[in-house]
Amino acid sequence: MPMPDAVARVELAAEENEIATPRISVRNLDFFYGDNHALRSIWIDFLNRQTTAMIGPSGCGKSTLLRVLNRMYDLYPGQRAEGEVLLDGQNILAPGLDLNRLRRRVGMVFQKPTPFPKSIYENIAFGVRLHEKLSRAAMDERVESSLTRAALWDEVKDKLHHSALALSGGQQQRLCIARSIAVRPQVILLDEPTSALDPISTLKIEELIEELKRDFTIIIVTHNMQQAGRCADRVAFFYLGELVECASATELFTAPRERRTQEYITGRFG
Amino acid sequence: MAEDTKHILSSFEADLLRLRDMIAAMGGLVETELADAVKALLNRDAGLAAHVVEQDPKVDAEERAIEQFAIRVLALRQPVADDLRHVVVALKMTTDLERIGDYAANVAKRTLVLNQAAPSYPLASLAQMSRLVQENLKTTIDAIGEADPVKAVSVWRADQMIDDLYTTIFRELITYMMEDARNISACTHLLFIAKNLERIGDHATNIAELTYYAATGENLPETRPRGDLSTSYAPSNSK
Repeated sequence: MPMPDAVARVELAAEENEIATPRISVRNLDFFYGDNHALRSIWIDFLNRQTTAMIGPSGCGKSTLLRVLNRMYDLYPGQRAEGEVLLDGQNILAPGLDLNRLRRRVGMVFQKPTPFPKSIYENIAFGVRLHEKLSRAAMDERVESSLTRAALWDEVKDKLHHSALALSGGQQQRLCIARSIAVRPQVILLDEPTSALDPISTLKIEELIEELKRDFTIIIVTHNMQQAGRCADRVAFFYLGELVECASATELFTAPRERRTQEYITGRFG
Repeated sequence: MAEDTKHILSSFEADLLRLRDMIAAMGGLVETELADAVKALLNRDAGLAAHVVEQDPKVDAEERAIEQFAIRVLALRQPVADDLRHVVVALKMTTDLERIGDYAANVAKRTLVLNQAAPSYPLASLAQMSRLVQENLKTTIDAIGEADPVKAVSVWRADQMIDDLYTTIFRELITYMMEDARNISACTHLLFIAKNLERIGDHATNIAELTYYAATGENLPETRPRGDLSTSYAPSNSK
């Protein structure tokens, strides 16, 4: 009898756990919005070719951590991070780091789809041109492969030069994912990527995440517990700026070690 | 454990409490069924034995009701962590409780047959074994209601004594049968009754293991105390 998919996936993830290496290692990270101490002594590894979901109540610091991982916070004055965030061993918090290069390596997709007011083709090509000089044929190929990997090609191949703004919300979000993978990153950060989408579009994104994690390290912030369970290999629970618990999705959703985790995921949080 | 903290969604809280109450009620039903079956056996009370047999369909109906309710909770509430463990464990426990009910009804059925002939054998060992089984079942039901892993472990350990007693009774009954062939029919029924009681002990142990898992999220060791040596016993060995 063939093994049920879900069981096979769990066992595969367990197997991969043994050989997985950290792509990003967060070491003793503190983060401040002015005087507000938003993250406290965070230690966490994000493993290569795995999906890690970050969960927790609003204001717990999970989105803040996501914004540290590509130095997004640098865009705002008064925000600072202390500690180390090692991307393949290199501290990305170090001064003098090339932020453009970092953000090519660590792509990000936001809660609401953010397509450029350009054609579908240009949405993909624009970012690629910033980093690489490609021939027309090579660019065409990059656009097609990115859209194919984002499971959008079949739906848009006949209207590549139409405005991206005419796509549905779910399609726009997959376009943003295509745009982010077109520059060949190592890590993809997803900040509540399906919270504005209908259930079918949500499942398509989740299916995509499953597919993409073969090549990328994926970190997703979500408020949807079931979504964390469905797509993540590991789940990290944050509360009041602290990392309370990080465990495999199976362990965290069947037998969490920390009482605060249990209370939050079962809906007993008061 | 998060039992002392309530769910934000009160209807979910109510569902979980209802499921716990349903399991407790089924446990109570099975406990009474076993107590009556044992009383009927020891007092040669045919009326009570017949009553036990009549009651068994109620236990079966309760099992189906709990199953349907647990499936509804899984489908509509998507429980996780300790909630998930309690619902899944409730589903599995009902099967054990239903089997215990079946064994109690079997004891009652054989009592009805035994009562048709005059007693020619002492029931002291069987009385002792049934008392232990009832105590174990009661502790098990209490452990479920209180989600008490310590009580669950005590049941898990105590099953050894029941198995030992079963082996003793097995030997005793074989001896009675060898002494007088006219005892064979009655002693065979008693042998089955002893086996039914021993199986009830095993199911109580299963429930204890489930209770422990629901309460702690951890499994008891795979090898539990087993002391039924009757399978290695042959009359020729006893000489």
